[in-house]
Amino acid sequence: MLEIRNVDKVYQSRGKPPVHAVRALDMEVGKGEIVALLGSSGCGKTSTLRMIAGFESVTSGAITLGQRRIDELPPARRKVAMAFEGYSLYPPLTVRENIAFALKAQQRSHGEVSRRVDAIARLVEIEDILDSYPRSISGGQQQRVSLARALVRDADLYLLDEPMGQLEPQLRAVLRGRIKGLLAERGMTAIFVTHDQTEASALADRIAVMEDGVLQQFASERELKEHPANLFVASFIGEPPMNLLETEVARADGGIRLSVGPEVTFRIEGRTLDQGARQMLEQTARIRVGIRPQKIAVGSGDVRVRVVSNQWLGDQSHVAGEYDGRLLIAVTPNKIAARPGDIIPFALEPRHLHLFGADGTCIRHAEAA
Amino acid sequence: MDHSSLAGRIFRGIALALVLVFFMFPIVWIFLMSFQTNEQILRIPPHILFEPTLANYQALISGQLRTTAGNLEISFIRNLMNSFALSSAAVVLALLLGVPAAYAFARFKFRLGETIAFTLLSFRFAPPLLVLLPLSLYYQQLGLNDTYFGIVWVYQLIALPLILWIVRGYFEDISPDIEHAYRLAGHSWREAFTRIAVPLAGPGIAAAGLLSFIFCWNNFVFALILASADKQPVTVGALAFVTASGIQYGQIAAAIVLSVTPTLLLALYAQRYLVEGLSLGAVKG
Repeated sequence: MLEIRNVDKVYQSRGKPPVHAVRALDMEVGKGEIVALLGSSGCGKTSTLRMIAGFESVTSGAITLGQRRIDELPPARRKVAMAFEGYSLYPPLTVRENIAFALKAQQRSHGEVSRRVDAIARLVEIEDILDSYPRSISGGQQQRVSLARALVRDADLYLLDEPMGQLEPQLRAVLRGRIKGLLAERGMTAIFVTHDQTEASALADRIAVMEDGVLQQFASERELKEHPANLFVASFIGEPPMNLLETEVARADGGIRLSVGPEVTFRIEGRTLDQGARQMLEQTARIRVGIRPQKIAVGSGDVRVRVVSNQWLGDQSHVAGEYDGRLLIAVTPNKIAARPGDIIPFALEPRHLHLFGADGTCIRHAEAA
Repeated sequence: MDHSSLAGRIFRGIALALVLVFFMFPIVWIFLMSFQTNEQILRIPPHILFEPTLANYQALISGQLRTTAGNLEISFIRNLMNSFALSSAAVVLALLLGVPAAYAFARFKFRLGETIAFTLLSFRFAPPLLVLLPLSLYYQQLGLNDTYFGIVWVYQLIALPLILWIVRGYFEDISPDIEHAYRLAGHSWREAFTRIAVPLAGPGIAAAGLLSFIFCWNNFVFALILASADKQPVTVGALAFVTASGIQYGQIAAAIVLSVTPTLLLALYAQRYLVEGLSLGAVKG
């Protein structure tokens, strides 16, 4: 459906070094797929969206949408609908006119326009403000109008820039479900930009994680969690973030030994490592390992940590402990009695460790649960 | 809201009245003068009460100035019409050129963009006399001396920078995404400019147009040098009232009343646009 091939975006401005916002981006989105562009601000996700819409030119590379090469077309001919982060409603038009605008431009019949506007207004709960003007409604309402204005159209692709950033949490959860339902029911293809992992997981079929203009990994949420491609994805995805530890590498018969501090060592069986990983480990003396907080067992094991904080969140405990100057966070479903300053054991099992090479790529994933 | 004491309110009333009198007095005095003869005006001490006369207005409209030294032809009404034609044409031309230019400066970053914009603005702080001498030489060679077009062109020095810089600010206040949304809905870049950007900047464009109209109307020195009697605006034409037999204060006052009235009415009418223009920032969401 949508193919982005080797796209680069460089912003040139006089007297300043050029900014490489997007580097060699390759992405393919299937028909009916919902994709999230996830990343911190300035990572290139909005630039990507605007290049697809046609408000930014592509420095190099190609974008095709349903066999049509679109990166040279004016925005009007790309058959793309977009909800803008700043809403961008037409101030002199009422909410209803704003939503109906594109349909009227396509010369749809009066009956069809009002039927579709009413339907989408019900979906995002703005029926009561249809006759108001944009400047008299709240930010959250404007955002929903902007969303409705994009979703009401017939387009090949829907681009949503931070579509629910201004909504209250409850409404956000409700709308997420409804919008996902609408997109699925009509087989609409959508890409949305967000920095909210929960939103990305809840709405998207696949998530594209971007950082520094580079696509780090493009996969399902489960895949991102279980098989992070590199250190960035590993530390970015998941709440609380993955624990990362520096370890010293030593050869052991049939595998390797990784040691953290004076008394903790992990033995990694050679059969769990592939050829490339073994080579990499032979060349380096230190590597980083990562473990999800949910995989650390509290109360047993040989890593003795000094408790820094211990919070019971109603359904799980977040225990932060210090070991040899490093902070480890464990999440368990049990209530833990430890108080700050207490010494308690954490268990880190070698099979739960992700191993990262010197360049940050993941050379061995933890065993799937 | 009003918590102040009676004394405070009285004091505020008096202060406001004083300010009002201070600013309105010259206008009121000139209005009164325009209904008096030269003798009545020059009486010492001046009288508040007098017998009003329409002779000044009559003289202006008929074009016959009767002085002690005899009859004098004046072309005040023609000057007034010239002022109208020249200022309106100058503002229309400046809007046609300035609004698209302001849009370009607001939306696109291009080489030398800021330099060009600033150069245009610098026309506003160059003293007119500095450019007048070389300009009149050029105008003579080009055959533009003493033509309406020549004066309208030189008025661009006044109107164009003003419109460019005011309107640019208004365009910058409009989120470009509003135009983007319009273009995504199936419209061209040109349509987005004429149907979204220009109407949204409308109050700003009206305000800038009004201001440059007033500046053109008030200009004296360009037309004095570059135009002859039949093409001069009122500002230059008013010199005719300084006659061999003295200064015709009554006629000058009447001429001022007649020439100020149109701009005053225009300003009063356009005031709501100016206020609307100032609240445009609310659009930003």
